[in-house]
Amino acid sequence: MIETSGEEYSAQNAPNLTPEIAIANLQSSDLSLRYYAAWWLGKFRVSQPEAIDALIAALEDEADRTELGGYPLRRNAARALGKLGNLKAVPGLIRCLECPDFYVREAAAQSLAMLRDKRALPALIKLLDGGVDQAIQVPGLPHLTQPYTAVLEALGAMGATEAISLIQPFLKHSVPRLQCSAARAMYQLTQDSIYGELLVKTLATGDLKMRRVVLGDLGAIGYLAAAEAIAQAQVENSFKLIALKGLLEYQLPEQSDTFGISEQAIRVMDLMDSLL
Amino acid sequence: MDELIRAVTLAETPSQMVTAVKNLALAKDPSAIPTLIAVFGYNNPEAAIVAATALTEWGEIAVPQLLDQIDDYNYGARAYSIRTIAAIADPRALDILVSTTLTDFAPSVRRAAAKGLGNLQWHKLDISEAEIAINRALETLLFICEDTDWSIRYAAIVGLQALAKVAALKPPISAKFQLMLTKDTEKAVCARIQLALA
Repeated sequence: MIETSGEEYSAQNAPNLTPEIAIANLQSSDLSLRYYAAWWLGKFRVSQPEAIDALIAALEDEADRTELGGYPLRRNAARALGKLGNLKAVPGLIRCLECPDFYVREAAAQSLAMLRDKRALPALIKLLDGGVDQAIQVPGLPHLTQPYTAVLEALGAMGATEAISLIQPFLKHSVPRLQCSAARAMYQLTQDSIYGELLVKTLATGDLKMRRVVLGDLGAIGYLAAAEAIAQAQVENSFKLIALKGLLEYQLPEQSDTFGISEQAIRVMDLMDSLL
Repeated sequence: MDELIRAVTLAETPSQMVTAVKNLALAKDPSAIPTLIAVFGYNNPEAAIVAATALTEWGEIAVPQLLDQIDDYNYGARAYSIRTIAAIADPRALDILVSTTLTDFAPSVRRAAAKGLGNLQWHKLDISEAEIAINRALETLLFICEDTDWSIRYAAIVGLQALAKVAALKPPISAKFQLMLTKDTEKAVCARIQLALA
């Protein structure tokens, strides 16, 4: 998953916030303070009920608009709510999937994927209406008609097997990034190594940016057979380590205090050691 | 030799560079060392790995120049230097590995240094020197076990596992590992601790 939120904020330039001030700032007359506060609450995982309620309210904001009709505050509020893990946000985020602003829909889909609440599935699946034929570039804008990558990844992460037949055609979409998202989701929904191998193949053939994305995909799905290919990929070690960490975590039982170390886990750690 | 060195500086494509560096490495001439180190800065991973392997084979002969030519302005190049220094494991590298582990801004470089700190050939120092050096390595690695970046903690564990080959350090390192197991929230880090303890 690509982090598209405002991580570029530098801590030095930032106003000194506390959770209380940030929550209050969501109502500030200064729109930039509202925007920053929404990001800050997510970044610092402020999950108290007042923060959740204020962010849910911000999903309906009408004050903060871009020239093109976008809703910056809604985007940040939607992103933050995904990080805060409170299912109270789900209905509001589902409504955001119909927002005219692409980036609000994208942020909502990403956050719903994090919250893993199956109530969101019908609305997410609806964004695939029209299938690949509708998944075209919006003229003059740097994105497709819908946030397909986020939607496919959400459906995969949420185990939406009912969407398999809708996802599969995206394996042939002309945008390579979207093919990968489809392969990633298909692997999660079927556990068929065909789809894992599609990602491994892209790791060998894609450009550097694509290889980094695919490492993220492989880590997210924990495709163990890719371990050696990951370690040998022509990408910076930091990306490879994160991908292998994803693989490793799939090899570890839930209860961290009781797990034994399997052969597969050791194999992944040996590769990680070699990348230090 | 001049011919082989010139071939590296004149290489026009990445594959020409790799070939030129391979030829230079095969010559086994110590006058190649500065050029091999310079290859780390050419942003050609394949050539850099060839150069690092050749320099590692030179071993302690290459260490003074490796220490002297660390590129403070290019962290990609610096990571190759530190990895090579760590692989040679000459204890004269202690100071640079300590300061890199603690203060470099690039995580890739810090991880390489942390791993290297555990593996130095302490027996090359006399006994009193070795004791001080080993303790500095230990303190440095214990310190970065608290780093906020999981990958730095992971590298610290790899370093500490190697350092625990020094018999006297086994008890404090095991104690630190046990403590981290109760606190660390990253499953991957805990798994690496368990592997180190196994």
